[in-house]
Amino acid sequence: MVNQVQVKNVYRNFGAVKAVDGVSIEIKKGEFFSLLGPSGCGKTTLLRLIAGFETPNFGEILIDSKSMKDVEPNLRPTNMVFQNYAIFPHLNVEENVAYGLRKKKLSKDEKLEMINKSLNLVGLSGLNNRSSNALSGGQKQRVALARALILKPKVLLLDEPLSALDKKLREQMQSELRHLQRAVGITFILVTHDQEEALTMSDKVAVMFDGKVEQIASPRELYEKPISQRVASFIGAMNFINGKVIKDDKKIIFETKIFGELSLSKKQISGKNQNGKLTLGIRPELVSIKSLKEASKELMMGTVKDISYFGETTYYKISCDKSNELLTVSSQNSFGQISFKVGEQVKFKIDIESVVGFFD
Amino acid sequence: MKFTFNNDTKNGWRLLSAPFIYSLLLLAAPLSLMFLLSFWTQDYLVLDKTFTLNNYIEAFTQPVYQLLFSRSLTISLTVTLFTVLLAYPMAYFISFYGGERKALWLFLITIPFWTSYLLRMFLWKVILGYNGVFNSFFIWLQVIEEPMTFILYNTNAVIIALTHGWAPFAILPIFVSLEKIDRSLLEASKDLGDGPIQQFFRVILPLSAPGVVGAALIIFIPTVGDYITPKLVGGTEGLMIANMIQVQFSKANNAPLAAALSVSSLMIVAFISIVFVLINRKYLRRY
Amino acid sequence: MSRASKYLKIFAYTYLIFLYAPALLLPIFSFNSSQIISFPLTGFTTYWFERLLYQETLHEAFKNSMIVAISSSILATTLGVLASRSSTRYNFTGKQISLTFILAPLVLPEIIVGVSLLTVLIQLGLSLNLWSVVLGHTLLIMPFSILIMNSAFNNLDISLEEASMDLGENQIGTFFRIILPLVFPGIMASLLIGFTLSLDEFIIAFFLTGTETTLPVYIWSLFRFPKELPTTMALGTLLLIVSLILLSLSEYFRRRSALSKDSILN
Repeated sequence: MVNQVQVKNVYRNFGAVKAVDGVSIEIKKGEFFSLLGPSGCGKTTLLRLIAGFETPNFGEILIDSKSMKDVEPNLRPTNMVFQNYAIFPHLNVEENVAYGLRKKKLSKDEKLEMINKSLNLVGLSGLNNRSSNALSGGQKQRVALARALILKPKVLLLDEPLSALDKKLREQMQSELRHLQRAVGITFILVTHDQEEALTMSDKVAVMFDGKVEQIASPRELYEKPISQRVASFIGAMNFINGKVIKDDKKIIFETKIFGELSLSKKQISGKNQNGKLTLGIRPELVSIKSLKEASKELMMGTVKDISYFGETTYYKISCDKSNELLTVSSQNSFGQISFKVGEQVKFKIDIESVVGFFD
Repeated sequence: MKFTFNNDTKNGWRLLSAPFIYSLLLLAAPLSLMFLLSFWTQDYLVLDKTFTLNNYIEAFTQPVYQLLFSRSLTISLTVTLFTVLLAYPMAYFISFYGGERKALWLFLITIPFWTSYLLRMFLWKVILGYNGVFNSFFIWLQVIEEPMTFILYNTNAVIIALTHGWAPFAILPIFVSLEKIDRSLLEASKDLGDGPIQQFFRVILPLSAPGVVGAALIIFIPTVGDYITPKLVGGTEGLMIANMIQVQFSKANNAPLAAALSVSSLMIVAFISIVFVLINRKYLRRY
Repeated sequence: MSRASKYLKIFAYTYLIFLYAPALLLPIFSFNSSQIISFPLTGFTTYWFERLLYQETLHEAFKNSMIVAISSSILATTLGVLASRSSTRYNFTGKQISLTFILAPLVLPEIIVGVSLLTVLIQLGLSLNLWSVVLGHTLLIMPFSILIMNSAFNNLDISLEEASMDLGENQIGTFFRIILPLVFPGIMASLLIGFTLSLDEFIIAFFLTGTETTLPVYIWSLFRFPKELPTTMALGTLLLIVSLILLSLSEYFRRRSALSKDSILN
């Protein structure tokens, strides 16, 4: 696959604030790429740099190997879906969608055909004459999509497009956006602070903190092999286990209070051993929780201290007998699964292969 | 880091240039010229451009001008006091009791101000006259036997007319500052034991002080230089500095003196305003 | 607390009545048959209004006022739109000072503005006519236009402009297709207020007009003749009604232009 968008060592400050602090990213053609991070991490600024609404203080941006230096937004092969949709209130749906076609020399019939095709693509057929003020949030978003896609951009930029929608609608739109992207085959770059969203829709995700990119990987890799504690705790929930490195050879031996000695392969650890400070992480769903009746020797003992019930899943906070540390364990409330009460004694175990580690 | 050019400056000035140049030509230039003019002398229609301070000396030492200055200031300050005193309860009412109709109240209060100033001041001439509305009305009702003469063609008439005309304008700034007061502060003061009167003097009044200062300035500055009202209802006793400026400019053919009087008025007004604002700043800092 | 609110209410309504009471005299005495403005009223007549139809000088003055008012409001609004757009959208050095300067006519006594303008025009040897009045009025009206347009532009969501550019439109196209239509109510409000202000303005017109008078200057000349008082009242009544209508219209447009962004964009 070809690199369609290249961000090369881009910096952007606003006075003393380093919004984008040396970012380099390569996005392939046809990829659904997400920029993920907490508010203020620079992801929106980066998107606006690609769109042309901001100019880098340093570095350059290339689209299809052409530098975008001094290229105004209206001349770039990108189109943007704004966070608040930016639907023109004085134009109806059809006029909004057709807005960018004005410059193109097309006959009225050709235009109408394109408009209808676009509306159809986003599921708004027939709403041509609807006034903008009469649209719901979800509908406005689709109009914004149609309006951008009708111009057949090389790259579609989406700035937190789903943040204003309620949960159900958001989930529906996530799947629709994914299908839409596959149908039109255009590169999508999406900005979001919702890690679930990024993981569900994207081919690749770039996780950003404080203006820098921490990790770029596929959703699965991000989740299973986070490159740092920060990424690990931002994506999903994570139990962090402290301990001491006893041996650092072909394998690393790590002594913990809860699990005793753990032997880890270097593949599982990110970072370099600079001062021997290692933190391990294990996802809550990868800790198996069993009732006292289970007889297996590998099991450790603990007491349930707190329960959070989420319908599908229950999160247990367990205090381990061997130390006072709390472990968060999640358990599917599926057919046949036992549920535990607060104060109840339980047994738990982990699969050592699923543990990840981070050197500081 | 490379430096990126600030587009804002280019775009901003491109748009602002036309209005700015217009003001430059039609406000700055004339005012500057007038300032210059005040240092020259005029003999009939001939302008003598030698620098002199005579006009200013005349303006500040001649009793007639001193009288006009002090009278104008007195009238204006009195009007300011009255209008602000009347405006405050009104602004208070609209802000705290106006409810959904606040905008309507404001509209009704201010709309007269946008109509012809000339007409409104003229009406006072009609109202306060010897055979005017007030007198004929009260005589008709047999409240008085003789027409009142003290109400027209003197400073009283000017003060009455100006107070009536400008009062609505004092309401807006006070209203805005009252609106800005966080209502939870009032609840807090109540919670801490304040009765309504204490709440007013300890919380509301201090917090609305900027609005009161604004209102005072909005009334004081323009009324000092009013021409129409003293001319219509002031008679000879109620004339103000603006009338003299006009006379010097036209009939007396002494434009430089008129200019000196104008500049002096501006200076005096500016001085008093600044002092007023500074005094308030000093006391307002307490809270 | 409710006693205080009752007193305040009484005060408020009384205030309103006293505010409008003098203006009511205009229609009352326009229809009064006596030539003297005093009580008691003597009878009903429309004679004073009819007289207005025959005054040639009045018609001239009216025509002049129309020319001046329309020209000044258009010119002031145009300049006001530019200044306001500049101040609300961009940040640049000198912005504050230049704007304070442009808004200065709001606080300067009109007579000083009038006298200084007159001085300049005389020095330049230019003749005084309606256009000198237009220049003066525009100077006075521009600040009001800016204040109204500031509110309109501040309510314009910047993402709409960005969206327009993103979709291929350049700056000028965006201005005409997006910005202008959306601030149109503000422009209407500004034009109407400007027109009304110019129509009613006396001092600048008085100083800067040559032989062609405007309506207020004409009215001023009538004051000298006590016999003309009722006719003046009749004219004043008409002028007042027109002003009130225009101002209400202007307020209607101003409210529409100041609609919160949030109500339009979801």
